[in-house]
Amino acid sequence: MTSTPSEPVLCIEDLQIALPEGADRAFAVDDVSYELNAGEILCIVGESGSGKSMSANAMMGLLPDQVRPTAGHIFFGGQDLLTLSEAELRDLRGRRIAMIFQEPMSALNPLMRIEDQISEVFEAHNLLTPKERRARTLELLNEVQIPDPEKAMQTYPFQLSGGQRQRVMIAMALALEPDVLIADEPTTALDVTTQAQILELIHDLRDRHGMAVMFITHDFGVVAEIADRVAVMQFGKIVEKGTAEEVLDNPQHDYTRKLIAAIPKLLAEKQDVITSPTPILEVIGLCKTYRSGGGLFGGPERVVKAVNMINLELAEGETLGIVGESGSGKSSIGRCLVRLMEADAGSVFLAGKDMAHLKGEDLRSARKSIQMIFQDPFASLNPRARIGRIIAEGPIAHGVAASEAFAKAAELLELVGLDKSALDRYPHEFSGGQRQRVGIARALALEPRVIIADEAVSALDVSIQAQVLDLLADLKVRLNLALVFITHDLRVAAQICDRIAVMQKGEVVEIGTAHDIFNAPQSAYTQSLIEAIPGREKELAAAS
Amino acid sequence: MLRFIAMRLVKAAIILIAIVTLNFFLIHAAPGDPAAVMAGEAGAADDIFLEQLREQFGLDKPLLTQLGLYLGGIIQLDLGFSYRQQMPVADLIFDRLPATLLLTMTAFVISLVLGTLAGVLASARVGKWSDTLISTVALLFYATPLYWAALMAVLIFSVQLNWLPGFGYETVGGNYEGLDRVIDIAKHLILPATTLGLFFMAVYMRMTRASMLEVSTLDFVKTARAKGLKPGIIQRRHVFRNALLPVVTLAGLQAGQLVGGAVLTETVFAWPGIGRLMFEALAQRDYNVLLGVFFVSAAMVLLFNLITDILYRVVDPRIRAS
Amino acid sequence: MTDFWKRYQRNRGAVIGLIILLAVVLVAVLAPVLFPQSPWKMVQRPFLPPFAMERFPLGTDTLGRNVLAGLAHGAQVSLLVGLISTLVSLVIGIPIGALAGYFGGWVDDALMRFTEFFQTVPNFALAIVLVAIFEPSVQSIVGAIAIVSWPPVARLVRGEVLSLRSREYVEAAILSGQTNATIIWRQILPNTLSPIIVLASLMVATAILLESSLSFLGLGDPNLMSWGYMIGAARTVIRQAWWLSFFPGLAIVLTVLALNLIGEGLNDALNPRLSRKGK
Repeated sequence: MTSTPSEPVLCIEDLQIALPEGADRAFAVDDVSYELNAGEILCIVGESGSGKSMSANAMMGLLPDQVRPTAGHIFFGGQDLLTLSEAELRDLRGRRIAMIFQEPMSALNPLMRIEDQISEVFEAHNLLTPKERRARTLELLNEVQIPDPEKAMQTYPFQLSGGQRQRVMIAMALALEPDVLIADEPTTALDVTTQAQILELIHDLRDRHGMAVMFITHDFGVVAEIADRVAVMQFGKIVEKGTAEEVLDNPQHDYTRKLIAAIPKLLAEKQDVITSPTPILEVIGLCKTYRSGGGLFGGPERVVKAVNMINLELAEGETLGIVGESGSGKSSIGRCLVRLMEADAGSVFLAGKDMAHLKGEDLRSARKSIQMIFQDPFASLNPRARIGRIIAEGPIAHGVAASEAFAKAAELLELVGLDKSALDRYPHEFSGGQRQRVGIARALALEPRVIIADEAVSALDVSIQAQVLDLLADLKVRLNLALVFITHDLRVAAQICDRIAVMQKGEVVEIGTAHDIFNAPQSAYTQSLIEAIPGREKELAAAS
Repeated sequence: MLRFIAMRLVKAAIILIAIVTLNFFLIHAAPGDPAAVMAGEAGAADDIFLEQLREQFGLDKPLLTQLGLYLGGIIQLDLGFSYRQQMPVADLIFDRLPATLLLTMTAFVISLVLGTLAGVLASARVGKWSDTLISTVALLFYATPLYWAALMAVLIFSVQLNWLPGFGYETVGGNYEGLDRVIDIAKHLILPATTLGLFFMAVYMRMTRASMLEVSTLDFVKTARAKGLKPGIIQRRHVFRNALLPVVTLAGLQAGQLVGGAVLTETVFAWPGIGRLMFEALAQRDYNVLLGVFFVSAAMVLLFNLITDILYRVVDPRIRAS
Repeated sequence: MTDFWKRYQRNRGAVIGLIILLAVVLVAVLAPVLFPQSPWKMVQRPFLPPFAMERFPLGTDTLGRNVLAGLAHGAQVSLLVGLISTLVSLVIGIPIGALAGYFGGWVDDALMRFTEFFQTVPNFALAIVLVAIFEPSVQSIVGAIAIVSWPPVARLVRGEVLSLRSREYVEAAILSGQTNATIIWRQILPNTLSPIIVLASLMVATAILLESSLSFLGLGDPNLMSWGYMIGAARTVIRQAWWLSFFPGLAIVLTVLALNLIGEGLNDALNPRLSRKGK
């Protein structure tokens, strides 16, 4: 992938955007300069809060209220966009600069048909007759490879899949052949295989139409996949920019190096498989079926087999990854294991005891041995409880004296790398990574033998993610824990898991050591998943 | 759609049966002899009539049998007999129902249309003086008792300015025919319908404003702006249609209050509807009429709910599909 | 607490509402001191217009009773009935909503059908029927208002509990072995408090409107002077004596307005992130 040097279509000079008073810093972006060339994909990379989307919003004139550019220029087509009137900007929007967003579901009007939403772009700029608009809409849907475009035109957004919706957004953005396409995290909400398809589509369209693409992302894998040039942002400033090769292979700035080092590596090391004569956790024939609709008047019943006859074993001290895309049933398994959800059939033997059929007091005491770490660091702690109480509550509920439970909570906080002064503070005083540590301490408070981690690092920025993964790996060894690690992210799975079960549509399509899964995947689905991991080819090339 | 309506009708029927059951138990929970309660104010009815009632409703039989008899009567549209007015309750109510339907429907439409319009207007000028004005007026309407608004309207527009009639359904002894009669009734309708609608207008206005502002922050509005659409089109096509959904839901929920409020408005304006009938029945302790009106107004509410449900399905494709 | 007040007082209307309400409360508390005589007692000739005599600034009614004294004593009734019936509604609505939201399934179905029924029934008509059949008294009025007012509480609490129930910290509490009662009481209900407080302040306003409407129709407690009764009694003489309806009505509007403004202020102060945009 080499960039063809050409005339910049868009040029940002010394841009500064002020945040309203009371924000955590004065400027959303400060002293930002870069240019965008025709036919080139420029990736703006940064973690959350780095200000990476701000300059894009500024050039569209779509900044939130109270956030205003205070210095600098955005030159486009011989004009400074920051000096244009709203009407002049409106004429450029959609026609010469188009944009697609992260959440294709919320980015489409739920009450309008796809056809109407696309042809609206022509209407906005008074182009074409209604009949021509229709024909062109069909053409566009064909170009973005929507299956059965004739029918898709008549549908509403909720009737399409996530990937199809993003294709519709892209069709809309392409409608008037813009010079610049801004893509703001367009694949973050999508599954990995869908992400790969959308990235390929954007790539192809760039080649065919020769437009400049500004691609905003937090994911270096995606950068490796698609970028010609890269600008890395931190705290509203560009810390490094250059060609994709320069930045990825030879990063100059410390922050870039740190970010790249934090990305979980794909190469799972070959390890001895941990075996034990009696597994700590054994799942036999687990089934969970969702039914919706039906009933007296509800129309035809829809039946989804979320978990279909699953058998798994977990040895003491082992980490088993359960990997799959959304809807594969991976989270349902985790919830059935701890009985947050009732399975329809099957057994879950925890240290020889069948969890699946316990009730009342027996279930309560059995659950001490199997605890969970949750995904969302903001939703997983009670906002009205102090950290100490959050951790100590479990032991207290099981009859431990309060003073003892709080003393233990202090120890646990230190174990997960937090100061024990945190005991008396509330969750909102902590960052996402710190909260996740509190969540881990809470899970450990009951001295479990098995921990289920359900997408436990998915909501964290990559640098925080690396720290939490290290902590988990360390604790696992120190406390001889068995871990069930549920994730959609194959890179994370490769880093932490001993064995991996790959799930699709409620079934385990393949199970094996991490090393075998990544180096010699047996099933076609696993192969397609692994091929879709962004940045994989580049990483393999670098490794060999 | 047909199946949806059928489903709704079954549900409505269940609710109506529940209301009848509630009525039945209220009669028995009331202090005193149920027959006397049914007949009206205790002591006012003669013994022969009371005996008839006991016979008809099996008041000496077990409670469940009584409930069965009572329900059976209602199914045949027999809402009992008003001893006071010497007429079947059903006849009394159906005589007066058209006036109430006219009043409540008009108030419903006025409040919904004006309320949403004002809400849209306020949301478009958020923070400016016109928004402040509309919001303040809405807040005042929201705090004003229906009957007091009605009285003040009579005082100002009828007594002081003499612009509009403040009493009755049409001019007594006017003997208008055809179009003249329609105009006459319309004139009489203006004050009652407007004052009944004021409170609800405020409710819809506040809801529409909040909902418009809420929807304006959603992603698809940003998409619409990114397309280069004009603000007016964005507001109308993208924001308004989505903002309308919670307002329609609310309108359905408010229907009950609207029908209940009619009692007050009809009392003030001497509007010959079932609300006025209820007020008269109150004064005479005519419980059969009271419960009958309650039953029929509940049925009216169910009708309003059905209409808003259908409206909702027309607007929202997601509901239609599920 | 200081944070709370800081956010509250940023809403100017809410501060005005609080001042009005405090004034009304003060009048209600001081009524027996300011007007020791019964408000039912005839003190002057009937139909004395307002501002005609210094001792009776708001005039007298059809039976020569002091309108101002009636207003002061009426404030007691309005506030008390509003407050108590709201409390009773909360006592009915919160447990129903919490149980429905927490346990889901058939418990939820049954409780919500029950709630829906009371929400569909025209509530003012039901209140009339209840008060009429059980004879007008403070108890029957409070009961009737509570019975027609609790469904929104139940629905609100259910919705909140339903969303909190699937919140991860509640799931963690389940896994840690806490009992259902502990979880509802310590993890869930404290987090539903803000919207309940906001709703309750608005419900007091609605309850005052309902009480006054019942009294207007002659369904007030016959022993208590209330604003609605005063307007109802003056309804037929509105052409001769406008002030008899006007002043009590104004008192209702101001009190209800104040409570609504306070509700908005509480909403801004308790849900800072959800507070109204554009202000």
